[in-house]
Amino acid sequence: MKKDKDKILGKVTGDEYKFGFYTDIEQDSIGRGLNEDVIRKISEKKNEPEFMLEYRLKAYRHWLNMEMPGWANLNIPPIDYQDLIYYSAPKQKTKPGSLDEVDPELIETFNKLGIPLEEQKHLAGVAVDAVMDSVSVKTTFKETLADLGIIFCSFSEAVREHPDLVKKYLGSVVPYADNFFAALNSAVFSDGSFCYIPKDVHCPMELSTYFRINAANTGQFERTLVVAEKGSYVSYMEGCTAPQRDENQLHAAVVEIVALDDAHVKYATVQNWYPGDKEGKGGIYNFVTKRGICKGDNSKISWAQVETGSSITWKYPGTVLKGNNSKSEFYSVAVTNNHQQADTGTKMIHLGKNTSSIIVSKGISAGYSNNSYRGLVKVARGAGNARNFSQCDSLLLGDKCGAHTFPYIETDNKSAVVEHEATTSKIGEDQIFYCNQRGISTEDAVGLIVNGYAKEVLNKLPMEFAVEAQKLLQVSLEGSVG
Amino acid sequence: MQMLKIKDLRVTIEDQEILKGFNLEVNAGEVHAIMGPNGSGKSTLAAVLAGRDLTVTGGKVLYNGEDLLEKSPEQRAKEGIFLGFQYPIEIPGVSMVNFLKTAVNELRESRGEKPLSASDFLKLMREKKELVEIDSTLTNRSVNEGFSGGEKKKNEIFQMAMLEPKLAILDETDSGLDIDALRIVANGVNKLKSKERASIVITHYQRLLDYIVPDFVHVLYDGRIVKSGDKDLALLLEEKGYEWIKEEAGA
Ligand SMILES: Nc1ncnc2c1ncn2[C@@H]1O[C@H](COP(=O)(O)OP(=O)(O)OP(=O)(O)O)[C@@H](O)[C@H]1O
Ligand SMILES: [Mg+2]
Repeated sequence: MKKDKDKILGKVTGDEYKFGFYTDIEQDSIGRGLNEDVIRKISEKKNEPEFMLEYRLKAYRHWLNMEMPGWANLNIPPIDYQDLIYYSAPKQKTKPGSLDEVDPELIETFNKLGIPLEEQKHLAGVAVDAVMDSVSVKTTFKETLADLGIIFCSFSEAVREHPDLVKKYLGSVVPYADNFFAALNSAVFSDGSFCYIPKDVHCPMELSTYFRINAANTGQFERTLVVAEKGSYVSYMEGCTAPQRDENQLHAAVVEIVALDDAHVKYATVQNWYPGDKEGKGGIYNFVTKRGICKGDNSKISWAQVETGSSITWKYPGTVLKGNNSKSEFYSVAVTNNHQQADTGTKMIHLGKNTSSIIVSKGISAGYSNNSYRGLVKVARGAGNARNFSQCDSLLLGDKCGAHTFPYIETDNKSAVVEHEATTSKIGEDQIFYCNQRGISTEDAVGLIVNGYAKEVLNKLPMEFAVEAQKLLQVSLEGSVG
Repeated sequence: MQMLKIKDLRVTIEDQEILKGFNLEVNAGEVHAIMGPNGSGKSTLAAVLAGRDLTVTGGKVLYNGEDLLEKSPEQRAKEGIFLGFQYPIEIPGVSMVNFLKTAVNELRESRGEKPLSASDFLKLMREKKELVEIDSTLTNRSVNEGFSGGEKKKNEIFQMAMLEPKLAILDETDSGLDIDALRIVANGVNKLKSKERASIVITHYQRLLDYIVPDFVHVLYDGRIVKSGDKDLALLLEEKGYEWIKEEAGA
């Protein structure tokens, strides 16, 4: 059976990325390279208040003295930061007030991506902020939400319209000095979403941001800030795609979440950046810092992510559990195929008393890919009765791929209960044959098995996206078996 | 009508010839029993018919007049071939319902039929569950995961009942079953019996053949059929064992 095993493993073909098209649209961009002038120009183009420029410059000056982290289990080719374009925007008349003013090319682009910008066409109950390259193109349902006092707008708009809120919370969870990519992002971030839920408001619709990289040689540096006031609730979701290109593109985002007393924030990601071709050429470098703080007592932050794209992923969405009795959960499926690499996981930092966290991480590796889980559970001295349960599973398709688990546990309080479980399994050819014998094709069999394996995580996604994510899992593994 | 014709089939595994010129013809409406000592090649035969990627070094197999060995396993399944596995495979995380719904609808699609609605599917499942007296809780679990040996075998028959194959190949489905289960399994096979269908029943025990009365009994020894007869041959084997067959074959 050696022979057919080789055949199953060797046939890594067909990987079809469905969003690889490029929209030919006039761009307004700043030339390649990074220096203080470029940062001033970005800030100027965005009409930013002075505090914002100062923040950017401080971050930039700090970044100059930092080095790219080398500890991840990744093989990252050198990046020439002076060869990148840091600002690129589809040219359009100022910020469009209504859809009639949005360039039809852009509407068409988002239609193709399955994200219609017309409110009546959109999924019921989902508000979207559509971001292309460096700017937000359109935010839907803004007015409906405003009636409840909810602010949901592009980050640029928030900087101009709600500077006090931005000033108060920007960098409060991820300081610019946090790490190399966070500093870079803080210096040059272009756009992203801002969302503010007032006290005791239960946000009635899913808020979502859809990120699209379009222009070539452009880095995408978006910034998201979610603030949930006392007793509020919001479910937020982001999705992303990029054209198929031979060069690698850098995406370094920062997401900050603040949950005050009794607030609950759900944050879901379906990441489908272009993963590169099957030889590993091209693809997005996804170097992202996402962090939430359960600032208030009894607050809760729930992460759910489905990661299928990017050629390299470096990302550890985490939560600082500061409020007493606060909770956080992290549910993740990360798929790597062909030559993709992922080093991803989470950090749960327990500071408050009676805090608890759950980590469920499911890695799926196929082809020649490398998939690492890296997770930190830290219990501070003052965090009495902290609880953590971690479950890290790896599923392998074939034997040229790798799966690794790096759990770090640091407890400074004896009352902490931290549990870690890990499993590794393989999709066996016997399982595939059993399905085949019942008339189920190999692709469908892999789909069934993978979706069964990831079910626990998919169940955590907002319903509107769970089905999409399920399809995505299957598509991204297409051609990885037999 | 001739359904299956195996002519001089030779299969090699790891440089060892396992099937050494195997011949068998099966007509629609017939039940064939294949018996034979351990390691004689019975499961290998079942596997090669179902489409396992084995090295065929000679001979051919015609199914409804077409070359069977050319077809993918799923194509064979769609054309009505069902294998009851000697060792059914566990598929954690995939529910029986999901698994069978996919299988049934694939089959329907290949026949140009619409997929079954969720409620029609559940109804079909209920019906067949009663037929094979399978415990409801089993079908709510993942495919074969944690099933007892006997439950796995019953589950094979349940799947067969759901998929209604044209040619059922049952590889020791009776092994490890208690008396009641044996009757149920036999019942499942007999229910499917018709002029258009056929089965090949691989077994070590004559007692199954009291329930499923075969038209032919074949003895497979050392990679080929060395003796064929009617159900009395099974009785004879039960009484005398395989020694005399081996001697005859050696002579
Ligand atoms: N993957 C394999 N690698 C090596 N040898 C194999 C393999 N599969 C089958 N064989 C050998 O082929 C021969 C026939 O095996 P097979 O399973 O067909 O026998 P069987 O007649 O079904 O036996 P049993 O009655 O015990 O089920 C045996 O000697 C077995 O060891
Ligand atoms: Mg056998």
